[in-house]
Amino acid sequence: MVTNVTNLGRSGLSDWLVQRASAVILALYTVFIVGYLLLHPQLDYLTWSGLFERTSMRVFTLLALLSIAAHAWIGLWTVVTDYIKWTNLRLALQAFVILALFVFVVWSVQVLWGA
Amino acid sequence: MSMLNVSVYRYNPETDDKPYMQDFQVDTHGRDLMVLNVIQLIQEQDPSLAFRRSCREGVCGSDGLNMNGKNGLTCVTAVSEVTKNGKLTLRPLPGLPVIRDLVVDMALFYHQYERIQPYLQTTGPAPAIERLQSPEERDKLDGLYECILCACCSTSCPSFWWNPDKFVGPAGLLQAYRFLADSRDDATSERLAGLDDPFSVFRCRGIMNCVNVCPKGLNPTRAIGKIREMLMSNAT
Ligand code: SF4
Ligand code: SF4
Ligand code: FES
Repeated sequence: MVTNVTNLGRSGLSDWLVQRASAVILALYTVFIVGYLLLHPQLDYLTWSGLFERTSMRVFTLLALLSIAAHAWIGLWTVVTDYIKWTNLRLALQAFVILALFVFVVWSVQVLWGA
Repeated sequence: MSMLNVSVYRYNPETDDKPYMQDFQVDTHGRDLMVLNVIQLIQEQDPSLAFRRSCREGVCGSDGLNMNGKNGLTCVTAVSEVTKNGKLTLRPLPGLPVIRDLVVDMALFYHQYERIQPYLQTTGPAPAIERLQSPEERDKLDGLYECILCACCSTSCPSFWWNPDKFVGPAGLLQAYRFLADSRDDATSERLAGLDDPFSVFRCRGIMNCVNVCPKGLNPTRAIGKIREMLMSNAT
């Protein structure tokens, strides 16, 4: 057993599952958005913002955003623990990534429910 | 005369500041030698060359080397299998500390093997004669028990290069599954608990370098997938 404190879940299995589940959600979201854009070639501002007025769309989008955050954290955590052997630098980079993801999520919530 | 150009990794920590490649010309008399034979001919030219070998028939696992970029056992690899344009480059197994020339320090590799407790663990009283298995139960060990611990797989695995102290590596995980799959072993949940962290098993990225080089034709990636399945069905 290798002890870890900075990964997302507490075990490798949970990280692995979250990585796969978030990938599925992101794939579904991508398919939906690409499909929507293809079905609305003359997309204007009203239709587009109308789409995001719906609570279901906001929830779906928030889900996709949280998936991006979790997916990115697990992926980048793996990359930095592979390549950055100097602990202080690794922790600094991890803190930076967490901060950036946190800001992105809060900002997107503001965008989604703001206007 | 049919000459083979061989470039060999040399390093003697007592006299060399850093490793270097040394070129040799080996007369093969037109035969398709095994790479081990070529190394032995080189050693006749330069007795200071250090390398490991023992059984010379692919059984002991001591002569794993990197031949023209691919890991394998020198004693069962014909020169024609690995050479391009009559040129052969020999390096020690990648990712492990070099002791001298082609000899690497396998301590990290063995440590990971030791960690998975490669022996049967039972709880009940010992049976009077022997611990029986049905033919079907015994079949589950095929493709697992044949490993000769040559380290060709683990030293071709990037995940093992970056974290040899935390990632068990393909060889160790193949053996971990060999004991997880054994009907006579009672330590399944303890074994799984020791593998559940993000490094030991989950650092495998499934690129199958290990499968590509195993001289015994074994498939560590499949064993790793089975361990993941067992972790999953064991979890809540
Ligand atoms: S499949 Fe996994 S164990 Fe095999 S070489 Fe790739 S990362 Fe290593
Ligand atoms: S799995 Fe194959 S390559 Fe790996 S140590 Fe065993 S025999 Fe060697
Ligand atoms: S010398 Fe024993 S496996 Fe090659």
